[in-house]
Amino acid sequence: MIKRNKLILGHKDLKSITDDICQPVETPPGKGWLTLFLGAKTLLIFYIIILGCVIAKGMGLLGVNHPVAWGTMIITFVFWIGIGHAGTLISAILFLFRQKWRTSVARTAEAMTVFAVMTAGLFPLLHTGRPWLDFWLFPYPNQRGPLWVNFRSPLLWDVFAVSTYATVSIVFWYIGMVPDFATLKDRAKNQIRRKIYGALSLGWRGSARNWSHYEMLYLLLAGLSTPLVLSVHTIVSFDFAVAQLPGWHTTIFPPYFVAGAIFSGFAMVVTLMTLVRIGFPQFKDYITIDHMEVMNKIIMTTGMMVGYAYASEFFVAWYSGNIYERYVFFVSRAFGPYAWSYWIMICCNVLIPQVFWFKKMRRSIPVMFVVSIFVNIGMWFERYVITVTSLHRDFLPSSWGNYAWSFFDGAVLFGSFGLFLTLFLLYLRVMPAVSIAEVKPVLPVGRDDGHGGH
Amino acid sequence: MAKKATGGLAAIFHDEKQILQAATRCREMGLSKFDAVTPYPVHGMEEAIGIKRSAIPYVTFVGALIGCSVGLFITVWCSAVSWPINIGGKPMISLPAFIPIMFELTILFAALSSVAAFAWLCRLPKMDPVVIDPDLTSHKFAIFVPEHDTGYDSGKLEQVFKDLGAAEVKRMAEY
Repeated sequence: MIKRNKLILGHKDLKSITDDICQPVETPPGKGWLTLFLGAKTLLIFYIIILGCVIAKGMGLLGVNHPVAWGTMIITFVFWIGIGHAGTLISAILFLFRQKWRTSVARTAEAMTVFAVMTAGLFPLLHTGRPWLDFWLFPYPNQRGPLWVNFRSPLLWDVFAVSTYATVSIVFWYIGMVPDFATLKDRAKNQIRRKIYGALSLGWRGSARNWSHYEMLYLLLAGLSTPLVLSVHTIVSFDFAVAQLPGWHTTIFPPYFVAGAIFSGFAMVVTLMTLVRIGFPQFKDYITIDHMEVMNKIIMTTGMMVGYAYASEFFVAWYSGNIYERYVFFVSRAFGPYAWSYWIMICCNVLIPQVFWFKKMRRSIPVMFVVSIFVNIGMWFERYVITVTSLHRDFLPSSWGNYAWSFFDGAVLFGSFGLFLTLFLLYLRVMPAVSIAEVKPVLPVGRDDGHGGH
Repeated sequence: MAKKATGGLAAIFHDEKQILQAATRCREMGLSKFDAVTPYPVHGMEEAIGIKRSAIPYVTFVGALIGCSVGLFITVWCSAVSWPINIGGKPMISLPAFIPIMFELTILFAALSSVAAFAWLCRLPKMDPVVIDPDLTSHKFAIFVPEHDTGYDSGKLEQVFKDLGAAEVKRMAEY
C-alpha cells in the first residue's frame, strides 16, 4: 500500500489547531505585516487617484485608440478573472474529487478568488468610458421604450457570468466561514469582538442536525460552482472568439482560456502561500511542502496545456489555408512589432515551468516563488498578445497602427495590485485563513494510530 | 413554528468516539429529540442520531428550474416581444445565444435558494444563542437531551453519560 503523507504536520490536537489558526486574528499585527500593509495601502491610494483621473478626464488617458481599441483594461480584467479561477478550482472541484489536501489551502484560495474578481470587475465598468451609466448593462424596465440590452452579445453574457460568479463565490466563501466565525466568537475575550463575530456567525452552534444541512449545502454549492467557474472563463473567451478577427476567431479559445486561468491562478496561490508561510510560521504545519508540490505539479501540467494551445493555434492557422489567419500568426504575432511580448509569453508560460520536472525544484520555496512570479507575468502577456497583436494589423494595411501605451496604462495595471493586496492583507488579519472546521477531520490522515483516514 | 427554548441535560465529552457512542446509546434508550454539538461534522453522527438526509437538494432543483425559466423568459420576451430589434439578421428568438444567460441564472437561483433553504432549516440567523460550553466550537463535544423528549429521565441519563466517560454533565435551564 502506498503510504500517505500527513496532511497536518507536528503533534497537533483539536485545541492546538484552533489556537494556531485563530492566533493571527487575535493578536496585534507584527512589523512585517504592517510594512506590507502600508505599502499595499499606498499603492491603493495611488490607484484610486489614477482611477479618479481616468473617470474625470476620460478613457483617452489610456493608450486605446483605433485600431487597438481594447487595451490594458481588458487585458488586466481577463488577467484578474483568470487568477480567481484557481480559488474555485481548489475549493469546489477538488472538493468534489475528494482531494483532502485542499482543506488547508481552500479558504485562502477562495479569498483570493473573491478579491481577484472584485479587482477585475472594475476594469470593464471603467472601460465603458462613462462608468456612472454602468447600470445600463442590466436589463431593467426603463422609459426609453423600454429599450433592452442585446442578449445576443458576448459582452452581455460576460455581465451575467461575472456578476453570478462574484455572487456565488462570495456566498460559498462566507458559508465556509460561518462555523469558524462561531469559534472566534466563543473564544472572544472582549465584547466588541464577540458581537462582530457573533453577528457574522449567524448564531451557529454546531448541532449535528445543522451540520447535516451544512454539509449538504456545501456539497451543492461546490457542485454549482464547478460548472460556473468553467462557464465564466468560457464566456470571457467568447468576448474574443465570437468576433471575426483573425487571432480571436478560434474554437480552441474556451478550453485554452480555462486552462490558462487555472495556470495563472495556481501561480498566484503559490505566490501568496509562500508569503503567508513566511508571515505566519505556524501555518507551515497546515500548508506543507507537500501541498506546495501538488500545486506546482498542477502549474506545470496546465502550463503544458497552454503551450499545446499556442502550438495548436499556429497549426490551425496554417491548416486553414486562410492568408489572413496565416499572416496574423506566422508574421505578425511571432515576428512582428510585438514579437517581444509573444516570446516573453512563451518563455514564462511554457519554458520556465518545466523546471518542475525535478522534485528538488518542486519542493524548493525560493524556486517556486520565482517561477510563480514569472508565470503571472507570462499570463498577463498572454492576454496582451491575444488582444493587441490581433488588433494592431487588421485586414486593411492603411488602418494599421500600434498601441500607444501611456503612463496611465502602467498605473492602472500596477495600482490594481494595491487594491488586491490591501484586501488580501486585511483578510489575513480579520478572518481565519485556514478553515478550522474543515482541517480537524483530516487530522488523522497519514497518522499511524489505527484510524487514519477513510 | 416558533419554538420556545427548552431546558434539558447536556453532557460534554473530550473525544469523538465517546460522543458517537453516547449518541448511539441515547437512540437505543428511545430518545429522539436529542442533538449533538460538535466543532466539526463528525463522521457517522447522522446514522447514530438517526438524522434523515437533508431536504436542501429539492429546493436547489426547484431554484435551478425557476432560474432557467426566468432566463428563457427575460431573453425571449425582451428580444422578441417587448421591443423586437433585428440584430445582424439573426432570428428574434436566437436560442443558442440565450443559453449563456439561462445557464448563469440557473446557477445563481439554485445557489441562492439553497442558501435560503439552509438558513430556514437551521433557523439561522439566531440572535446571541445560549451556548453549552464555549469550547464546543473548538475541541469538545456535547450531547444535549431536551426535557420534553420521550423517556427523559435526568438522573438515569446523567449516570449513563458518566459511565460513557463524560467530562461534565450540565443541567441547562434553556437551550
